[in-house]
Amino acid sequence: MRADTDTIDEFVASDYKYGFVTDIESESIKPGLGEETVRFISAKKNEPEWLLEWRLKALRCWEKLECPTWPHVDYPPVDFQDISYYSAPKKKGDGPKSLDEVDPKLLETYEKLGVPLHERARLAGVAVDAVFDSESIGTTFKEDLAKAGVIFCSISEAVQEYPELVKKHLGTVVPYTDNFYATLNSAVFSDGSFVYIPKGTRCPMELSTYFRINAANTGQFERTLIIAEEGSHVSYLEGCTAPMRDENQLHAAVVELIALDNAEIKYSTVQNWYPGDEQGRGGIYNFVTKRGLCKTSAKISWTQVETGSAITWKYPSVILKGDNSTGEFYSVALTNNMQQADTGTKMVHLGKNTRSTIVSKGISAGRGQNSYRGLVQVGKKATNARNFSQCDSLLIGDQCGAHTFPYIEAKNPSANIEHEATTSKIGEDQIFYCNQRGLETQDAVNMIVNGFCKEVFRELPMEFAMEAQKLLDVSLEGSVG
Amino acid sequence: MSQVDTANPAVEPVEAFTKLEQNGAALMPLRKAGLARFSESGYSTLRDEDWRFTNVKPIAELPFRPTIDPLGQGIGQDQLGNVTFGQLDADRLVFVDGHFNADLSQIGDQPSGVTVTHLVSGLAGLEREAGSLSGGDDNPFVALNDAFFTDGALIRIADNQCLTKPVHLLFVTTAGKDGEAAHIRNWIIAGANSQGTIIESHLSLGQAATVTNVVTETRIGDGANLEHVKFQDQSAKAFHLASLHSELGRDARYAFHSIALGARLSRNNLRMRLAKPGIECVLNGLYMMRGQQLADHHMIVEHAAPHCDSHEYFNGILDDQSRGVFHGRILVQPGAQKTDAKQTNKNLLLSDDATANTKPQLEIYADDVKCTHGATIGEMDDDSIFYLRTRGLDPSTARRMLLHGFAGEIVERIRHDAVREELDALVWGRLEAVHKFD
Repeated sequence: MRADTDTIDEFVASDYKYGFVTDIESESIKPGLGEETVRFISAKKNEPEWLLEWRLKALRCWEKLECPTWPHVDYPPVDFQDISYYSAPKKKGDGPKSLDEVDPKLLETYEKLGVPLHERARLAGVAVDAVFDSESIGTTFKEDLAKAGVIFCSISEAVQEYPELVKKHLGTVVPYTDNFYATLNSAVFSDGSFVYIPKGTRCPMELSTYFRINAANTGQFERTLIIAEEGSHVSYLEGCTAPMRDENQLHAAVVELIALDNAEIKYSTVQNWYPGDEQGRGGIYNFVTKRGLCKTSAKISWTQVETGSAITWKYPSVILKGDNSTGEFYSVALTNNMQQADTGTKMVHLGKNTRSTIVSKGISAGRGQNSYRGLVQVGKKATNARNFSQCDSLLIGDQCGAHTFPYIEAKNPSANIEHEATTSKIGEDQIFYCNQRGLETQDAVNMIVNGFCKEVFRELPMEFAMEAQKLLDVSLEGSVG
Repeated sequence: MSQVDTANPAVEPVEAFTKLEQNGAALMPLRKAGLARFSESGYSTLRDEDWRFTNVKPIAELPFRPTIDPLGQGIGQDQLGNVTFGQLDADRLVFVDGHFNADLSQIGDQPSGVTVTHLVSGLAGLEREAGSLSGGDDNPFVALNDAFFTDGALIRIADNQCLTKPVHLLFVTTAGKDGEAAHIRNWIIAGANSQGTIIESHLSLGQAATVTNVVTETRIGDGANLEHVKFQDQSAKAFHLASLHSELGRDARYAFHSIALGARLSRNNLRMRLAKPGIECVLNGLYMMRGQQLADHHMIVEHAAPHCDSHEYFNGILDDQSRGVFHGRILVQPGAQKTDAKQTNKNLLLSDDATANTKPQLEIYADDVKCTHGATIGEMDDDSIFYLRTRGLDPSTARRMLLHGFAGEIVERIRHDAVREELDALVWGRLEAVHKFD
């Protein structure tokens, strides 16, 4: 047992390598939230009247809501008046027209993070929208995508260029009344990505957004909207990091996906916000609402690898409204040190012959608390709905926790719902077995964890799968079950 | 939370309390605290997480009539001759509307050290025990029970003693007025290495919308082995609320079986605390609902010591517009290593309008444990029917076999032969009578 404790201590000491701060002049507003904050953000972005109205409605609604307490996480109450709701790198003049005009310091930051923003990154074959604090700083491959008819830009730009598309779809999947944090986001969202895939189009490359929080005392409230027209296909990746700071920072994003008839959206996340130190000081509060709507025969697939954040509170969901539609959720969530995660999914079956698959893998180490919370709901008219859920937990060390809170509600007799959950730990016998085959203990742990997560990693695009695997290896450095 | 219907106070709490004081002044602090807690909380609503799927509004809307006094019309032995377990060779305590009926009860020779009686008579010196296990619960019905319970069973088995015969607790409601509520409190105290079988059955003779609110506290000593069968078959208008609070000793064995067939709404709260090593606890349940019925089983099994096993098996057959609710929570406290906890809930939906809500939860704070849960909801499996048909069975026989098998899985876990056989025949008959197999 002594050896176990020692190695766990080591594990706790492993580093967060994205914790640097970029020294760049930025423009932030004073902390505080009120009508003038919302008007300021809206004016800053030169938004049309309807969007300002929508934000204000959200703000009035938010003022009446109470902060939810039901998640299985524990943190001091957030002072929403102590957060700056807008921060952006200071622009020179009118702002950059293309990436070449972007402040080299910003580009350097993304270079350091390993995000290829330059066109020379063509080889990587991924189009990137980089969001720095509240502002999108640039999107790559715009021209190439435009040839295919795909719109990929920041949501602020979309509001200016394609107002009718934004107006038609914004808030249709996650209304501004949805929940405390989604409502807050609706009032003060600053930027995010917008994707539109025209009818029958297969997006020629992977789309990706890279979120970076840099400024202190700010919250990041991005909003992403993806619309896949009939018969189209898109794969979208999302990555996130933040500097190491002693105070907690709030990140409350909203993601809306709309998959029209026969469309397919694949949304992958590798979330690596700063998790806080071993005492639980600092780190990001990641309170995110993600939801997709499937029309007839459409498919939405969420894949997430959650290794960062002090607190994660996130339930990527799918509303299976159209007949024969499919929803999938694959998740790996790792909590270490004092990290807490309450994550899972909702699959709402409304159409006939709808199918959903849930595979959730939770890994708890140190004093981390990891919860799966999910809902599978089968409506009265959802004949022949099928669901399979599997939530497995892996415990490393004896001070962590793994919890499952599944809700299953069926109103149709032809529904077929299965839920399975197991909890296990990395056994000494497993390690011993690997040791005698000549594997170092650390490699053995990595191998077992990777094996445990294989079903989820398989769903990630290849580059991301490699990154996710590396990320887990780094996070698990020095740990032995 | 909603308030008590003060517009229709069929019985004044103050008046009720004056009468209840005669049952034992020492219980008054408990009663007053219960009433205070209830006035504070009121009835639970759908907004309370623990009552999300079970709406007790119909109970809140009934006039408030606890049966503080026995109701006028007595019942005779002839009315009880044919009831389930009526012929079982057992010691029998009969309670009518929450009041002990000595004429109908029969207590034979139990070994010395075994007390089988009703609570009011055996209370002296035990008042402090009341609420010692159920006290921490914020269930409003436990608070109501604290305030208004009239009587119930008291079973004490001394160390190293056995019940020579099973004890049958028969609770009957005769009430003819809506809202008449029997508040019953049972105590079961089993000493170290004691053994026994206890059968608890709840039936209605009247057809009114009555309320039965029963709280049972069981304290099971080291190495004791107890089987507890609860059979609820009240009228389709009745409301049944039950709460079982158990604390188990080292290496104790406890099997609790809940067979819920009746009542418009039934709710069983099961609270198991496994705070000593080596315990084996089995919770086993079958609910068969039709019409507008709802059956809700809500359990928390707390593993607070290492090397304990807990197994929960609940099967539900839901027809017409009925609903089945299952909430199972296994809580493994830090240090409860080598826990082996298993939980399954299977629901069979036989009609387009039936609903199942299930919430199997695991909350684990220890790393060397084996915890699994599984839940299924669906109609009868076509593959299984096909398999049986390839063996030459006709469709209705195949369906019948599967349905009986589904219910039988639960019934056959009952260890007491006579009880199991009687229940098996009853469940079989009920399925045959109610379900069309073609």
